[in-house]
Parts: sequence; structure tokens; C-alpha cells
Amino acid sequence: MLTGLKRDLASGSAEEYLECLFERIEKSKLNAFNALSKEAALEKARKFDRSPWGGLLAGIPIAIKDGISTKGIETTCSSSILRGYVPPYDAHVIERLKAEGAIIMGKTNMDEFAMGTSTETSCFGPSRNPWDVDRVPGGSSGGSAAAVAGGEAPCALGSDTGGSVRCPASFCGIVGLKPTYGLVSRYGLISYANSLEQIGPLTRSVEDSALLLEVISGHDPRDSTSAEKGQYLSGVRDEISGLRLGVPREYFGEGVDPAVEKSVWDAISVLEELGASWREVSLPHTKYALAAYYIIAMSEASSNLARFDGLRYGRRTGEDRDWHTTFSKVRSAGFGKETKRRILLGTYALSAGYYGRYYLKALQVRTLIKQDFERTLADVDLLVSPTMPFPAFRIGERIDDPLSLYMADVFTVPINLAGVPAISLPCGFAGHLPIGLQLIGRHFEEDLLLRAARSFEEATPHHLRMPEVA
Amino acid sequence: MAADNDVIVGLEVHVQLNRLKSKMFCGCSTAYHDSPPNSHTCPVCLGLPGSLPVLNRRAVESGIKVGLALNCRIEENTLFYRKNYYYPDLPKGFQISQYDFPLATKGQVLIKGEDGERKIRITRAHLEEDPGRLVHAGTIDKAKYTMVDYNRCGMPLLEVVTEPDMRSPKEARIFLDKLKSILDYLDVFDGALEGAMRVDANISLKGGDRAEVKNISSFKGVEKALSYEITRQRNMRRRGMGVIQETRHYDELRGITVSIRSKEQAHDYRYFPEPDLVPLRVADLVPAIRASLPELPDARRDRFREEYGVADDHAKSLTSEIKVADFFESVASRAPPKLAAAWIADVLKGELNYRDAGIDRFSPDDMVEILRLLSEGRISDAAAVSVIREILDHGGSPAQVVEALGLAKAGDDVVLQAVRFAVSDCVEAVSDYRKGNERALNFIVGQVMKRTKGRADPGEAHRLVVEEIERSQG
Repeated sequence: MLTGLKRDLASGSAEEYLECLFERIEKSKLNAFNALSKEAALEKARKFDRSPWGGLLAGIPIAIKDGISTKGIETTCSSSILRGYVPPYDAHVIERLKAEGAIIMGKTNMDEFAMGTSTETSCFGPSRNPWDVDRVPGGSSGGSAAAVAGGEAPCALGSDTGGSVRCPASFCGIVGLKPTYGLVSRYGLISYANSLEQIGPLTRSVEDSALLLEVISGHDPRDSTSAEKGQYLSGVRDEISGLRLGVPREYFGEGVDPAVEKSVWDAISVLEELGASWREVSLPHTKYALAAYYIIAMSEASSNLARFDGLRYGRRTGEDRDWHTTFSKVRSAGFGKETKRRILLGTYALSAGYYGRYYLKALQVRTLIKQDFERTLADVDLLVSPTMPFPAFRIGERIDDPLSLYMADVFTVPINLAGVPAISLPCGFAGHLPIGLQLIGRHFEEDLLLRAARSFEEATPHHLRMPEVA
Repeated sequence: MAADNDVIVGLEVHVQLNRLKSKMFCGCSTAYHDSPPNSHTCPVCLGLPGSLPVLNRRAVESGIKVGLALNCRIEENTLFYRKNYYYPDLPKGFQISQYDFPLATKGQVLIKGEDGERKIRITRAHLEEDPGRLVHAGTIDKAKYTMVDYNRCGMPLLEVVTEPDMRSPKEARIFLDKLKSILDYLDVFDGALEGAMRVDANISLKGGDRAEVKNISSFKGVEKALSYEITRQRNMRRRGMGVIQETRHYDELRGITVSIRSKEQAHDYRYFPEPDLVPLRVADLVPAIRASLPELPDARRDRFREEYGVADDHAKSLTSEIKVADFFESVASRAPPKLAAAWIADVLKGELNYRDAGIDRFSPDDMVEILRLLSEGRISDAAAVSVIREILDHGGSPAQVVEALGLAKAGDDVVLQAVRFAVSDCVEAVSDYRKGNERALNFIVGQVMKRTKGRADPGEAHRLVVEEIERSQG
């Protein structure tokens, strides 16, 4: 779809297209954006219109999750504590996008510091699902997903710590990719849980996802955990006959909405028709994944978020007193409830005397989960599962019950613990609400993952359906 | 104070690896000492949201170098941890440091303690980043506000931790001098820069709890703080009060230590492995670094004794700083080594210390020239000292200085004439001498020196005076 758009923009006007998008955003009920970079974007578009060529993404507008640093554009992570913070530098992915000619439209809404599954923890209020504005778009990259599904941006970047790209992609009926840990540089991504998260594309098609991955992936000397990239676009249209699929037993059954389960089995049949074979497999440590994930994520978060003290940037509350009083005030006024909950729990889990019981144990579970995936993926090429156990829920429905919210991540967090890549793509509807299919691959085998996803997409109509709001 | 059996001292020494070009985890320059505040910073060392650390490999190499020089075991793999605490000089809210799997462990250093040789065991040496620096408007207790300078933030630090193996403040000082000397040889740090070495000293009396005196910035301070602590802890014990385990601050101006926090208030640093840095395999780096280690102070001291026949105290004095040792060897290759050792260790170093100057202020060529003039009998010892002083204070070459100040040893005829005058003048002294009072001779020689304005060689003058008296008698 981006390829088509590129063609249209080259013969038409990027400025006009962008003006349409901005107009749509300004009238929108979705609350997908925290900040727009209108002037700079329009200027870039005019420049493109004068000389309509450039890199892989020349003239293409893109929306960026507000947790990714953008030079000159306020970057808040949807937290009141970062209001007014304008980064003096671009994240690696932003540099790459700009180098390929993409136009940064603005920053999208998210759960505060990416802590959530619904965007309801945002200090700017929740974004809304384009398929049903009374429902959540998923999270934490909900603004990015809502913008793409709602036709407010042709593509977007999100970040995925425990499902934060795949969940909103699933809820909003679009494609969301969580790359292998290390494939995309995190330089400039504001850390929530840095051993788990990756930046990933949110797009209307699998091919668009491959195109964006092609641009943002690859080694960056500023991120010691980053690795070399592969080729994603060239083989994405290849066939998948002979592909061996594994269907993990633990990802079906209790707690999964029957409509979701049916759609995923239908999808497996489609893949079978395309030449793939499947068999049931087991990931026995799945039941410990949520607990391990939340301990690790919260522990890391408690440390990652320690820097927000109001001293150098961001919000400063009231009158300055001595250091401890001032920074305590800034933090108690600046962080939302869920963020505070996670900082407190993480601090507790890392404390002397509890470290071994919680953090260390969680790391051991993580190793076991990683081994589950490695063992299983030695016999099959990809795993197939639902992305989310249910479709988008109503705004306010779960926010006061953190445990039930955490449970929603049950099929997405093991993937982050293992560091393997996974993609969510539309595979059907439960009534008017989209359902997401999750494909999981081996480390650094995004090419295969994307090819399988693209074959499925080619054979099905789900991705072509648009919400009425769009 | 002699080494006491009941005094137990252990040290944690923070060494800034300030010879490295860039900081520990970013590309910022380490040459910030004369720069305006916050001018040597970037998103990484300022801890801006989204920035990530990248390990300076050279810092790891320096750390291994020091570890090997301290006879440590170098770990196969090393790991970085986050040490979490809140302070305004710490922009990330944690310091990247090491915890389990530090770079170097289980080393030892031999020092000449107060009761002979003492082995100081090294527990560990690990890498970490320096925090920024707080600048108080006025004094720390009365400041209306405090400013933070992040230039220092992210400077590479090596923390060397000893076992509690020192038995007196003096021994702590001797250990620190030795450590400094080793670091100097390894060329990993410049001890002259502000904040290059900071010491936390743990001290207890046998059977008592320990106090940790934090952040002492001079060796003299360490010695004083420890002496103060011994007195304080002895007094507490005498009064029947136990010493409580606590952290104390050394007040340099008042020469005392004051309590900062007790054990109950101790920080829980919540160490956990830094996810942004990967475990580093260092075992492979060790052989090459070991092979490149320079000759260390102890070995060089032994060699100076054996190769040049230099006295041990001279050898020690000449080898404590690598530049002095190099200076000596440069001179000794062209002049009599023992003479060179004595003049450099006893005279030149003293004159430099007096002027608070380094050995770079004097050229080995000038030293060789001065020693040549001395050996040829063209200047006296006293004149040689004057030449050194003059060169240090006003410059010039030895030949020019000797000429300009008229320091050349007086010619034989001049001396002889002065001797004749002196002997005929000092009738009383001559008769005293003849009566057997040897000391009367000194007076006459003194007169000769006076007449020659010190240019006569005193030994020579002595011989000539005796000859003259004997001749005038006959």
C-alpha cells in the first residue's frame, strides 16, 4: 500500500495529502496524537513536491509513538512528568526514516511510559478504537494503531515491550511487527523495560511492515545490544509451501474468546491450503510467563524511570525546596497511578532480601521460556496463536482491575521474554471488532515470518476492511 | 604512630582514568578540567531519556592493566550492574558500576609497613562511571542553592578495594603512595588533576564495629582522618560506649570526621545487571596486555640497585615516579650513575618539591653537564646546587649560569694566594694549630673560602693550608 502511495505522491501532491491527514486528525474523535509537527512536515512535503524523489520512503508521512525521541518535537511518553521535554536529538529509527525521505507527522498517544494495554493510563486520556470509539485501541502503542486504522496516518512506529505493538494492531485490525530483540536500535527509545522492548512498525499491510523494517533495522554502534539486519522486502512475495507450523497447546482454551479461537483455526486452515503443514506443540512454561514478565519489566522500570526528577528537563512542580523534597514532589505529581504502582513493585522486587526470590527467579523462568521456544522452533518453522485472547474491550471496563489487564498480555509477553520476532495481522472479526493472528518465528528470521504473513494476507480479505470512522 | 595490633584499616580507592581520551560510556572528551560547566556533555552522559551507554574498550584495557599490576586474577567475563540511588549529581538515578564478576579480583601489593614488609590484599578492582559535581553557592551548610556541573559525569573510574590489612594511618598512606606510583607507571591516570584519586577509608579497632570515612581527596587527609578516628574510637571504648557502624564525612578544614548516616539508614542500592550492556569476554585481552606491561616500580628499584650500584634509599626515591626514573636513566647513561643518583634523589628532587614542580622542568642534558663540571673539579658542590637553583628559577644552561654568576672554581694561584694571606693573617689560629688544636684549622680554611668567595674546593683548601703552615714553619 505504501508502494502505491509513493507512486501517487510522486505524480500528485504530498502537501495536499498531508493537509488532508492533518485536517482529519484535527476533526478526529480518536485522540490518536499527542503532538503534531505540522509546519515542519508540510515544509518537507513541499520540498518533496518540488523534487519528488529520494529514499525508500520518499514523501511518505509517518506517525511516531511518543516514547521515541524526536529532535525538536515534544516527547512525553504520555506522562505529565515529561511535559515540555523537547529532545535535542533524534532516535536512531528517526534518523533512518528521515534518511529515507519519510515525513514525521507527529507523536502518538500511548499508555504512560508504555505501561498498559489500552492507552487508558495516558495523561492525555485514552485513544479510541476506530472500529468502536467506546472501546480501547489496545496498548501501549494505541495512538499509532488508531491513527493507521483510522486513516490518519499511512503507517506508524510503535514499541513492543510485552505486546505493545501487536496488541493494538490486533484490536485495530492492522499489521504490527515485534522484531527480534536487537534487530532495531533502541537508541532514543525511552526505556520502560529495556531488556524486553523493540521498536516495530504498525501498517496496513505486511509488505509495508517489511518496507519499514528494511529501513529501521540494522546495527547501530550506539546500542550495544543491536545486531546486523537481513533482507525483508525482496523475498516477501515468495510462496510458503512446505512451511511447518506449530500450534502451541497453551495458547488456546480457557480464557480465550470462542470467536477469536475460531478465527485463528480458520487462519491455520488457510495457511494449510497455501502449502503449510501444522502440528500441535507445547510451550510448558507459558503459565509462568506473566509473573516473570511483570517482575522483570517492573524491576527495570523502577530503575529506568529514576532519572525523571524534574532537575534537568520536564515538569517542575511548585516551589523548589531542598533536593529530596523537590524531586519527591515532582515525581508524586508527575507520574500516574499505574506508573507509580510499577515503580513501587519493581523497587520492592529488587530490594535486598527479595532480589533472589523475585528478580533472579524471574530471570530463571525467562531462560526456561526461551528454551521452550528454541526447542519447539527446532522442529517447526513458525508458531501460530491468537495475538490477544479477546477483541478490544470497552474503555473503563478493566482499568480498575490491573490483574485482569495484565492477563490480557498472556500470549504476547512470552515472545518478549524469549526475544523472538512475532507479527500480528488481521484474521477475522468478532462482530464488528477485528481479531489478530500471531505468527512467531526464530531469532532474526523476520524474512520467513513476513513471507508467511504476506501469503496469508494475500489469500484473505480481512485487511481490506476499513472501519466506518475512516 | 607505630603500627598497632588493634587498628584495622581497609581502603576503597577511586581512580579516575583521566588519561583516556573519552568518557566511560560516551564519546565526550575527558579534558574538561579547564572548561566551562556542562560543556563536555551529550545525551548519554546527561542521561537524557532514550540514550544508551556504549562501553569504552580502552577503559576496560586500562582496568585490566591495573588489575594485572596489582597481581589480580582477571575474570573470564565481566558484567556491568546498575547501582540505584537518587542524587542530583547522578542524572540517570543510577550509576553504572560492577558488582558480581568485577574485572579483577584477589590481588596483592607488598608495602614496607611500620614493622617490616606487609602484604596488602586487593579484594577487587572494578570499573564504574563518575557522577557529576555539585557546586554550592557558598558553604555546604549555608548555601541558598546548589548547581550541578555534569562535565565530570561519566568519567571512567576504577575502584580498587583492599582487604582490611593495614594497621595504622601511616601504612594506609604508604599503600596509597605505592598504588599511585604503580598507576603512574601504567600511564592510566594523571594524579595532578583535581579529583584524580578519592579514598573511602574503613577503620575499626579490633572487636569493634567499623566506621567508613567517605570521599577523602588527599593522602594527607586519609592519614589525618584515620588518626582522628582512632582517637575517637579509643575514647568511645574508654567511656564504655561501643562504636556504631556508620558512614562519616571527613571535614578537611577542621581535621575531624562527622557522622552522615548510620547502618539503619544505609542505602539499598538494588544492584541488577545493566540490560543495555552485554557481558564482556575479557579473558582474550589479557595475554597481550600482560605482555605490554611496563617494568613496575619495585622491579625497577631492584634493577637500579643491581645495574647501577645505587643505594636502596636512592633507588626507592628515583623509582616512585616513572618520569624521575626515566630522567635518572637518561642521565646515568652519560654520567657516573652513583653520583647522578645522589644528585637527583637528594638535591634535584628537593629543589623541585620546594618549587612544587615536576621533573619535566629540568633537562637531563643539563644534569649531565652539571655532573661533568663537578667531576672535572670545575665547580664545587655548593656551586652545583646554585646552578640547579638558578636554572630552575631563571633558566639558562649550566655553562651560562656558571659564567654569569662567577661560580667557576678559583684557579690554583688564586687559591694559593688566598691561603698565604690567610695563614699570615691568622697568627693566633696558626699558633693554636701548632699547639695541637686541629679545630683552629677550620677557621683558617673558612677565611680562604671567604677570600675566594666560596669558589675554592674546601678539601683542597684544607690541604693547602696545612702545607703552607708547615712550609712557613720551616
